[in-house]
Amino acid sequence: MTDFGFKLSKSSAVELDKVDTTLFERLCEASPDARICMNCGSCGATCTAGPYSGMSLRKVLLGLQRGQDVRPLLSGCMLCGKCTMVCPRGINTRNLILNLCRIYD
Amino acid sequence: MKENVVIIGGGIAGMEAARQLLLLGYHPIVVEQKDRLGGHVGQWHRLFPDMASAQDLIRGLGEEISDANIFLETKVNSINRLRDGYQVMLSNGVNVACRSLLVASGFQLFDAARKEEYGYGVYDHVITNSDLEAWFNGKPDVRIPEVPENVGFVHCVGSRDLKAGNLECSKVCCMTAVKQAIEIKEKFPSARVWCFYMDLRLFGKKYEDFYLGAQQEYGIQFVRGRVSEVGETADGRLQVKAEDTLTGKPLRVRLDLLVLMAGMACNPEMTRLARMARLDIDSDGFLKSLDNIRSINASNRPGIFFAGACTGPKTVPETLAEARAAALDIHRYLQKGL
Repeated sequence: MTDFGFKLSKSSAVELDKVDTTLFERLCEASPDARICMNCGSCGATCTAGPYSGMSLRKVLLGLQRGQDVRPLLSGCMLCGKCTMVCPRGINTRNLILNLCRIYD
Repeated sequence: MKENVVIIGGGIAGMEAARQLLLLGYHPIVVEQKDRLGGHVGQWHRLFPDMASAQDLIRGLGEEISDANIFLETKVNSINRLRDGYQVMLSNGVNVACRSLLVASGFQLFDAARKEEYGYGVYDHVITNSDLEAWFNGKPDVRIPEVPENVGFVHCVGSRDLKAGNLECSKVCCMTAVKQAIEIKEKFPSARVWCFYMDLRLFGKKYEDFYLGAQQEYGIQFVRGRVSEVGETADGRLQVKAEDTLTGKPLRVRLDLLVLMAGMACNPEMTRLARMARLDIDSDGFLKSLDNIRSINASNRPGIFFAGACTGPKTVPETLAEARAAALDIHRYLQKGL
């Protein structure tokens, strides 16, 4: 390829209507509560592993709905269950994470 | 002979106040510009949080104020101070002397076309919250596809918008968007629905229940980010851009229908009345209450009272409660004067 001295950057825009949300839909079948997250961030704030690994269940759920591969985030979870205690919507977050891991397996 | 009280505006505030004043033994004279009573609510379909029929509310109020004097298609031409009251001249030639007046002139729906980037009146499938209610009420609308696949709702159209000169939150649109999104899902179960918001302001009784239900039962998706622009694709669909501020990524979505949640703006008629009766205007352009905690119903002029959205955006129950409070204020004012 001839080097013209510039390159084209790929758009980072998410095409919301074209995102493959199959994984999220499968997760909702196993854990219907995945739909009721209101992105408050309590889970990420309380996460023991979060400050070191970037884990935040909020980011996982939103990432799934935006077609991201959330496995790198998930791998930081130690399944301590603190997020379950703080979720104001009462989502069984620990169980939800386990269900998601099963879907990825 | 029963004492006259002039009520300017025949929306829910004016109607409820007239009902209360009749019960208190007065003779309310309702002056309405349009050819029907009921105002904005009269054109609505269902009201949150109980999904009650707006038409039933207006019909019920209308029946209860049949003893009031109602002038339709009538404007106030002038308001002049008398020694102990006001002389109100109406456009139909009627002249009323009264000691007390109620301003219930309401709001004006923000003209969504002013937010040009949303393409209302330009693109084929952009409508407002008000248009959607009219369609729910059976009015045909060619802009609404037979079976829309993707539907978007834009919160805060002309509300919380300093540039548009309307800094106030219109209070009801977040909840209306959630309600209408659910109604769209009920009509078109296969549709995917996205609500684009800056904050969800769901402050009222049962509003959060609606939000939870919208997520849980209807799978409606809430995207935090203001729609920046709307365009049209070659095949006539809408392309909407927003930033997903929770992931920090730009979003694009193709839609078959976009509903703009137009907010509540000052009613020019209210500004005209204020000039006529020398009423103070607040910094937001709405009428200025004597104070915003204890005397929301009172004006800077003796005997002139306010009810409803003429002093700022209000919900239906808030407006009705204010109308009842204003009727009582008027009653006390007139009693004291006797």
